[in-house]
Amino acid sequence: MKAGMDKLDSLEAQSVFILREAYREFKSLAMLWSIGKDSTVLLWLARKAFFGHVPFPLVHIDTSFKIPEMIQYRDKLAKEWKLNMVYGQNKEALEAKKTFPDGAIDRLSCCKALKSEALKHTLAGDWPRYRLDHLSGKYVLDQNKEPYTGVIVGARADEEGSRSKERYFSPRDKNSDWDIGDQPPELWNQFKTDFAPGTHVRIHPLLDWTELNIWEYIERENIPIISLYFDQGHGQRYRSLGCYPCTFPVESTAKNVHEIVEELRTGKFANIAERSGRAQDKEDWGGLETLRRGGYM
Amino acid sequence: MPNTQREQMNVVIVGHVDHGKSTLIGRLLADTGSLPKGKLEEVKARCAKNAKPFEYAFLLDALKDEQAQGITIDTARSFFKSKKRDYIIIDAPGHIEFLKNMVTGAARAEAAILVIDAHEGIKENSKRHGYMMSFLGIKNIAVCVNKMDLVNYSEKVFYGIKKEYTDFLEEINVQYTNFIPIAAREGDNIVALSKNIPWYNGAYILETLDNFKKAAPKHEQDFRFPVQDIYKFTESGDDRRIVAGRVETGTIRVGDEVIFLPSRKKSKIKSIEAFNASALVEAISGQSTGFCLETQIYIRPGEIMGKASQPSAHINTKFKANIFWMGRQPLVFQKTYKLKVASQHVPVVLSKIVHVLDASELSSVQNKNQVDRHDVAECVLETLKPVAFDEVTKIAETGRFVVVDNYEISGGGIILAPVYDQDSTLKEHIRQREFQWTRSEITPEKRAEQYKHNATLIIITGQMDTGKEKIAKALEEQLFNDGRFVYFLGISNKLLSGEEVVADKTIARAEHIQQLGEMSRILTDSGLILLTSVSDIDEHELFVLKTLNRPNPTLVINVGENKFSDNQVDVSLMENEDPAAAVAKIMAFLNKTILLDPEYTI
Repeated sequence: MKAGMDKLDSLEAQSVFILREAYREFKSLAMLWSIGKDSTVLLWLARKAFFGHVPFPLVHIDTSFKIPEMIQYRDKLAKEWKLNMVYGQNKEALEAKKTFPDGAIDRLSCCKALKSEALKHTLAGDWPRYRLDHLSGKYVLDQNKEPYTGVIVGARADEEGSRSKERYFSPRDKNSDWDIGDQPPELWNQFKTDFAPGTHVRIHPLLDWTELNIWEYIERENIPIISLYFDQGHGQRYRSLGCYPCTFPVESTAKNVHEIVEELRTGKFANIAERSGRAQDKEDWGGLETLRRGGYM
Repeated sequence: MPNTQREQMNVVIVGHVDHGKSTLIGRLLADTGSLPKGKLEEVKARCAKNAKPFEYAFLLDALKDEQAQGITIDTARSFFKSKKRDYIIIDAPGHIEFLKNMVTGAARAEAAILVIDAHEGIKENSKRHGYMMSFLGIKNIAVCVNKMDLVNYSEKVFYGIKKEYTDFLEEINVQYTNFIPIAAREGDNIVALSKNIPWYNGAYILETLDNFKKAAPKHEQDFRFPVQDIYKFTESGDDRRIVAGRVETGTIRVGDEVIFLPSRKKSKIKSIEAFNASALVEAISGQSTGFCLETQIYIRPGEIMGKASQPSAHINTKFKANIFWMGRQPLVFQKTYKLKVASQHVPVVLSKIVHVLDASELSSVQNKNQVDRHDVAECVLETLKPVAFDEVTKIAETGRFVVVDNYEISGGGIILAPVYDQDSTLKEHIRQREFQWTRSEITPEKRAEQYKHNATLIIITGQMDTGKEKIAKALEEQLFNDGRFVYFLGISNKLLSGEEVVADKTIARAEHIQQLGEMSRILTDSGLILLTSVSDIDEHELFVLKTLNRPNPTLVINVGENKFSDNQVDVSLMENEDPAAAVAKIMAFLNKTILLDPEYTI
């Protein structure tokens, strides 16, 4: 009797397969790293796929309102794992103080400006990209202004309605728009890897994973994860990470990965949506989908 | 939410538009207690607020688009559970316009529930979807006759539909045994037998699903490992040359002898590579992994690695296949498409249409000269270079393919058998060309005597940026100064580098090779020594060039790593070799071969 593959083995194998397809097919490839658990698992899977290497840049959109530990954690791992780390941001909106925390606009408009717009222009290369220089340990202006034509994203189908409609390889048009009614077929592990100039493809290796799978995998692989997800003794922890003005911790005493797995499997979160602490989703029914059509990840 | 320890099964729900697929899913979610807490109440409250009667289908219609149009656009995924296992449910749209979405959903399913409206009866997509399930290789299928409440739970209606549908399936050689009368809206025969249908004592839906068997693991099948890529991360200080991909079927161990197809190169497994794992001795089907080989052989992404001790896949340029077409443009003759079979990408043309099956009427149409959108056809396809594949009945993973037309996956197909015949597009083309050629009165021999050399095509190949062009130019100059009739064709390198913006790199490269071969035939017919440099030419491309350039000879000069399997290279040079030294080596060879007065140059 041969040792078979369990659920996590199968999920891992499929994600690795998708990452390798992406690397084979897209010359200008990047991976979005939000510092959260999903995209950190994705980063780990990239190291699995490429045998310890990450042969493409990791892109982070820094809204400047991220919880400070997130930036520290990002740079620590980037240095340790020798990552090609790149960030971009909406400098104009930040300097003009046209943000929700500044009281200038509502939450959804703020997300659109600081995340969607910044992401769109960072990917296109028409806004400055800042790349971590491993020699000095500082960020420098990236000379590479090539648009990224393949963008790997850690979206999961179970997160929220609109994400359940995604493909593994999902084309976006010149304006980063997503035509949800006309998506390419995907069958027998053949994906859309051919694209017209000016368009780009979002690649979703984690589409089949659930929140629980993510934590089970983090536990199994012992992936270093940011401590914001754990209760630090105040009976609160973040279940989903974002900007501090719009992301609220949940009541929980889970202090480590194992306790989170238990909490998700049998405890109080077994039937409560993960993004319940993300305010922008509640702005209108389907807020996230509106954002995603406009390029939000 | 699914649990790692529990078994999972992907189920797709298909059927004609408005036959009640979403309602059935809503029911399955609600009645198995699989909805997130408060979701049912939330949707009910929202309906009440909008003065709209609650429907179970609303549970799925999370998207605004769907609600506006009242149809399921895509394959939404949701989860429900029975005592036995967790189900990932894929709702596939019934609208014909969304066939590609239906296929996308169904292609990853292990089981299917096909819904037919008892009141409306069998519709076009009831048939089409029934056919597609079998095409896509789904073994577990339940046919649910829904909305029984609308026909007063009539036994006669149910058996009438069952008979009609079974007759239809028989015509296409498909057999489905599970027929269940249900009323999804009322919850009849979903998670328990219904009192409303006392005449039915078969299994209800959940029971039928639980009776379905998971496919057996593929560890025992012949080993197939489509190569996705070859990695060498030298710049990160890693010298391993790793052959990466996924084991589709079978098992392999360190030390096993392997063979790559279509190149037929052989080696042995030296190690199984993995990140963050202890040393491995075995890889099994389903694993994405990587191997180091004992010998340094040059293989390309797309080749299929098999075990030398087992029956190998076919290598051929023609095969018979069933194809379903989803493209906006029809599948036509005289057009080059891209075929993706396992990890191989090759140019392909439609060679023959055996017959087209109109899936709505199930009538077989002969003499059709194209395959239209939503048609299913039996065809012969011809690839422009050899591909490795299996019959779908033998190994499904290497017996299925998609056809790409203008960036889009436009067709899917299953391979029935290789077709062995002597005709190939290339041969036929050359036959026509030579037949129509009006010969000059000046014979090749006379030209050779005049120019003091045999007309020849000289190809300088190797990786990009290895100094090929410099060598070519220096060689041209030497030959010219010696009084030879020589020309360096400098455009081919650019055309063949794959840098330019063209519809498809695979197809563009094949077309350029073709053009270069044609040009060579004409130019060498004039008595010329034609020099050209082509980046990283593969053995089949070389075969095409040599064939097109015949009867004149073709010489190959390789710069840098020699990736050819046998004695195909006439002169081997080092990367960025000094042009003068390179020219001397080449001239020494030409003196022995094509130059008729070697002493003249010394």
